[in-house]
Amino acid sequence: MLLEIKDLCVSAEDKDILKSLNLSVNAGEVHAIMGPNGSGKSTLARALSGHPGYAVTGGSITYNGKDLLDMAPEERACEGVFMAFQYPVEIPGVNNAYFLKAALNAVRKHRGEQELDAVEFMTLIREKASLLEMDQSMLHRAVNEGFSGGEKKRNEIFQMAVLEPKLAVLDETDSGLDIDALRVVANGVNALRSPDRAIVVVTHYQRLLDYIVPDFVHVLSGGRIVRSGGKELALELEEKGYGWIDAVAGAGA
Amino acid sequence: MAQVAERQETYAAAFERFRTTPAFGPEWLRTARSAAFGRFLERGFPTTRDEEWKFTNVAPVAATPFQRVNEDASVSAETLEPFLFGDSLRLQAVVVNGRFAPALSSLKDLPAGVTISTFVEALAAHESLDGPSLKSDHAFVSLNTAFFEDGIFVHVDPKAVITEPIHVLFLSAPGSTPALVAPRLMVVAGEQSQVSLVESYAGLGTSSVLTTAVTEVMLGPGAVVDHVKIQRETAQAFHLASTFVHLHRSSTFASRAITFGGRIARNDITATMAGEGAECTLNGLYVADGDTLVDTHTTIDHAQAHCPSHEIYKGILSGRSKAVFNGKIIVRPDAQKTDAKQTNKALLLSPDATINTKPQLEIFADDVKCTHGATIGQLDEDGLFYLRARGISEKDARNMLIHAFASDVLNGVANEVVRARLEALLLEKLHLPS
Repeated sequence: MLLEIKDLCVSAEDKDILKSLNLSVNAGEVHAIMGPNGSGKSTLARALSGHPGYAVTGGSITYNGKDLLDMAPEERACEGVFMAFQYPVEIPGVNNAYFLKAALNAVRKHRGEQELDAVEFMTLIREKASLLEMDQSMLHRAVNEGFSGGEKKRNEIFQMAVLEPKLAVLDETDSGLDIDALRVVANGVNALRSPDRAIVVVTHYQRLLDYIVPDFVHVLSGGRIVRSGGKELALELEEKGYGWIDAVAGAGA
Repeated sequence: MAQVAERQETYAAAFERFRTTPAFGPEWLRTARSAAFGRFLERGFPTTRDEEWKFTNVAPVAATPFQRVNEDASVSAETLEPFLFGDSLRLQAVVVNGRFAPALSSLKDLPAGVTISTFVEALAAHESLDGPSLKSDHAFVSLNTAFFEDGIFVHVDPKAVITEPIHVLFLSAPGSTPALVAPRLMVVAGEQSQVSLVESYAGLGTSSVLTTAVTEVMLGPGAVVDHVKIQRETAQAFHLASTFVHLHRSSTFASRAITFGGRIARNDITATMAGEGAECTLNGLYVADGDTLVDTHTTIDHAQAHCPSHEIYKGILSGRSKAVFNGKIIVRPDAQKTDAKQTNKALLLSPDATINTKPQLEIFADDVKCTHGATIGQLDEDGLFYLRARGISEKDARNMLIHAFASDVLNGVANEVVRARLEALLLEKLHLPS
């Protein structure tokens, strides 16, 4: 098992958000986490990435046999965890390509691989950029600075394509994307589907899942997973809305 | 007060002794020196009651018995190496304790159209050395005028284009007692000439030093001057510098002032846009740690119409350091269509660092554009997390963000070798790995 989350409790700003969440993900699988606003979807993504604003108050996360909660954010990234941010940060003055080279070489170094030189790196990122139909000029602009919402999300998946993580967590990558951009981003993600890699897609809407077809769908409500199923569960949600889930969860409790 | 009076007497006695030496100069200079010293005696050192010195207390300067350095300091070429740029900046004039050091300089292969000489040599060639500093009543400018020895005079002929940058290094090497050093530089760029200058200040030794630097840059019509100032004296240095820039019609002056501190580093920069269509960029980066105080006072005087001016100052402060930024922009009645932009940003890396920043706009024309902004903040935590979430260590991530903060000033340094050196000095100053 690649990722095993047991009884995870997470709070942010002294508010309990995740309340005993359980989730198991195997390599090669794509899991979708759906749920209404405030159900804790993004909190789960951020807790996985080690965001300092989210305190784990209980439970455990085992990743690739190791205690993920024991690792700093950069260690998690080096071990192969990647989170595509819901709101990618603008970093004026840091060149996109320079930043990505530093990140890739940090990850490679951690894996005991040789660092890439400038030429090897440029060849690699040109190839990945074309996969995401990215304008080459984006590589030389400051990280996310002045990027449109769609460009920012595309840049996230581009970084993921370069860093080749074992576990990718996509935090509402579809929000703010028009249908063309959504298609491009989904193609980028699908190109990375592989038997050694797991992808967790956090989304509010079923639409993205038409393009990135999940193996499993989980519904999050009130800080825990209340329903799990196959891809048809997403369609059911789309049809009936989240109110239905809340009613089911309430009846079951 | 008694102590201050005593110090004044020390300076007066030193001045009397200096008066009897050949370095005191010809008649017109003797007159200028006496007048300047008279102004200094009359006004003394500024105090914090002085509006211009409100946040910068120079009492430690007033209390220290600084003396002129009489002997030539023995400085070897090896000692100088870290302050020079090897083969990248071949044209260099080295001045030690205010005295030109020909043996340490390399001015043999000067390109045609540029002359670098001492003031005495320049006077012999009938050059006028009358600049705006001579009438200044700024205490430290007056002290410099009274006591400077070998001024360095850079003259660029009309229409000469000097592509190779010229480096003037002012080194202070005090002996065992506190030293008064009076470096002086004058640059005259003739009509439609072009020149690039690096002016740097470095220090050796452990004694206290008072560096009263005065720089004058006079741009003829259509002249283009690129200027980099690097201040990296010792932690015992008081650097009190004034730069006067005079821009004629359609001339362009661009300056990047990089200040690494000392006990007090104060830069007064005055740029006068004296002709239509002149353009001026005053950018700067100051980095302070420990108990350092860095003070920048700039004045951009728009005296004529159609002049754009650009100003970005960035500060990185750690420890208990303090910074002051005062950006004055004057737009005189004739200066219609002025376009002046000013930005001051400070990054506080410690809770004990402080900055006082103040824009000061005096606008007397009605068809002008003047903008100013100041921000003070810490390193962006979201940015830091973003970088770490991609595998970059916390240290490297901090390093990258600080670099980025400084980049819009440092990227303006055209010479790559100089820029790389400044970047390395920045990291060294912040105790970050390079």
